[in-house]
Amino acid sequence: MDILRFATAGSVDDGKSTLIGRLLFDSKAIFEDQLEAVERTSRDRGTEYTDLSLLTDGLRAEREQGITIDVAYRYFATPKRKFIIADTPGHIQYTRNMVTGASTADLAIILIDARKGVLEQSRRHAFLTTLLRVPHLVLAVNKMDLVDYSEERFNEIHEEFTAFASKLNAPDLTFIPISALHGDNVVSRSENMPWYQGSSLLHHLENVHIASDRNLVDVRFPVQYVIRPQKATDPAFHDYRGYAGQVAGGVLKPGDEVVHLPSGLTTRISSIDTYDGPVAEAFPPMSVTLRLEDDIDISRGDMICRPNNQPAVAQELEAMVCWMADGVKLAPRSKFIIKHTTRTARALVRDLHYRLDVNTLHRDETAQNLGLNEIGRVSLRVTQPLFVDDYARNRLTGGFILVDEATNGTVGAGMIVEARGR
Amino acid sequence: MTLQADYTTSQLDVLEAEAIHIMREVAAEFERPCLLFSGGKDSIVMLRIAEKAFWPAPIPFPLMHVDTGHNFDEVIEFRDRRAAELGARLVVASVQASIDAGRVVEETGRRASRNRLQTTTLLDAIEEHGFDAVFGGARRDEEKARAKERVFSFRDDFGQWDPKNQRPELWNLYNAKIRKGEHIRVFPLSNWTELDIWDYIRREGIEIPSIYYAHKRRVFERDGMLLADSPVVQRGEDEPVFEAVVRYRTVGDMTCTGAVQSTAATVEEIIAEIAATRITERGATRADDRASEAAMEDRKREGYF
Repeated sequence: MDILRFATAGSVDDGKSTLIGRLLFDSKAIFEDQLEAVERTSRDRGTEYTDLSLLTDGLRAEREQGITIDVAYRYFATPKRKFIIADTPGHIQYTRNMVTGASTADLAIILIDARKGVLEQSRRHAFLTTLLRVPHLVLAVNKMDLVDYSEERFNEIHEEFTAFASKLNAPDLTFIPISALHGDNVVSRSENMPWYQGSSLLHHLENVHIASDRNLVDVRFPVQYVIRPQKATDPAFHDYRGYAGQVAGGVLKPGDEVVHLPSGLTTRISSIDTYDGPVAEAFPPMSVTLRLEDDIDISRGDMICRPNNQPAVAQELEAMVCWMADGVKLAPRSKFIIKHTTRTARALVRDLHYRLDVNTLHRDETAQNLGLNEIGRVSLRVTQPLFVDDYARNRLTGGFILVDEATNGTVGAGMIVEARGR
Repeated sequence: MTLQADYTTSQLDVLEAEAIHIMREVAAEFERPCLLFSGGKDSIVMLRIAEKAFWPAPIPFPLMHVDTGHNFDEVIEFRDRRAAELGARLVVASVQASIDAGRVVEETGRRASRNRLQTTTLLDAIEEHGFDAVFGGARRDEEKARAKERVFSFRDDFGQWDPKNQRPELWNLYNAKIRKGEHIRVFPLSNWTELDIWDYIRREGIEIPSIYYAHKRRVFERDGMLLADSPVVQRGEDEPVFEAVVRYRTVGDMTCTGAVQSTAATVEEIIAEIAATRITERGATRADDRASEAAMEDRKREGYF
């Protein structure tokens, strides 16, 4: 059994909470005491139906205001897969939350109300999903019961969205007509839409192929921590020196020739260690410890890769940045702490090329700064070289965060484009 | 690791790799981390992850337990033995000591509990030892306020959590920046479910305290929960004691942790029982969460685990 992480974007109006509630309920991930609490609260508020959004809206402020503020993580499993849902609010003022939820997602579900069709917010959700390189996108055309389960209406939305998505370089795209309220095509195929020949939503989630979404080609091992047992639990490890980290790309094997960055020195992997014994190969997302044949001065923030396939060694970065802070803004000359893989440095904003309107995709080249929830293309200069790939090629070596030096808050999320070495 | 030809990994391997990554980030970025170890199943799993993350080196931080003085003997014995086996330093922060020092006042009456008092003891200990990162075994599936908490959860000078002002957390990048006096609560098991924990205990063959398995115990019923008959639990005349075969799904303070009737005597039987259960572990066995709709959020804001 593997894990599928998926993000859902939308508001209560789209039926998103109803959909999640149904997935959880039908997979028995909602427990009786949780359901009773929701039913009790719904009754107390005078709501006629059981408001399943109360399950996901966990904070007092959210329940009081009846809105989703933050990313909520929910869990369920079927015999085939374990699922982690990043449930994100869909309104434009919560763009940063959607970006956060999408950053680790294998798949995103965008809900469209069949009566309303493709709205501005559907386009925004699709854009953010592709910007964050979520490999699989599902357009769930909801409330089909309210359009008489019309194939014609479904096809209209299908065509309209496909035309838009072609501009986005959208990944694997799947359209499913559903009624979250009545359960049509959610867990099992609906008898109300015999014209639909595809999978139910749950069947799709259970079977979509995600193993090849990881980058298994470019070996990238950011060194996270050096393990040198001073008082080893076993005297045999007295001279032990291992480089611990989580594989960010490629497949590593003992005997492989590797190069260390920034030194450029080459050596071979002598062993890939884990607590449970050495392993024959390591690949994402494994956390392992490498031992190397030669003594090289290696520390946290360094990178191990293959000699013939190296990341760009860059101090000048081009990136799309989503701004996440409401106090401080991003503007030319501002300075931040940058965290990229296991390396932390300082970054100076050299230029803001444009601000992107996330609804129309219009580029405003006169923009002076980026404020909360705004996205733009920036140039950064970093105080020490980073070992980077295009975000489109590897999300783990192409993504970074910016931290404000004054408040220590995480203020920006960046995705590297056009990674180039010196 | 269970390897397959197409490089898929099982859900436990993915969760373990993520938790190891989180632990190593903390060890690399903080000066004085500690790991909260109660002898409960989640902290036992967390401890095993810590062993794995730094092997063959010893775990590079101490363990801490906030001891209410109302814990189960079997769990305290387990806690001490496990820490000794690992050669780990164990810091015990005592709620009784906080009471004796006048830092908190003992609740009185039938429902008296030291649950809420633990927060002061915990925060005092964090300050006294200068801990800047504190590992907790909390999971997001446990409770709806926890479902929104970050893996690296920022606490201000007063140890408070501000749920509306949390740092965004993207990819596997965690922001470890704090000022002196502030700290980060770190939850490496955020994405685990109760069933994942048990599957992992089975897979790894991890020892857990005996009270998780079915045993005979003298109990009484309150609010549909079975509480242990013990001198530290205030029992009324109308709450008769009887003997039952029970086990614990969670391990906390005796005054607020209920047992469930069960004959599950092995990990396999427990997993079968949990897979079939329709009530969450905290709903079934924790009086502390029943106080109100936002009981957990309110306590967490004050600095609770």
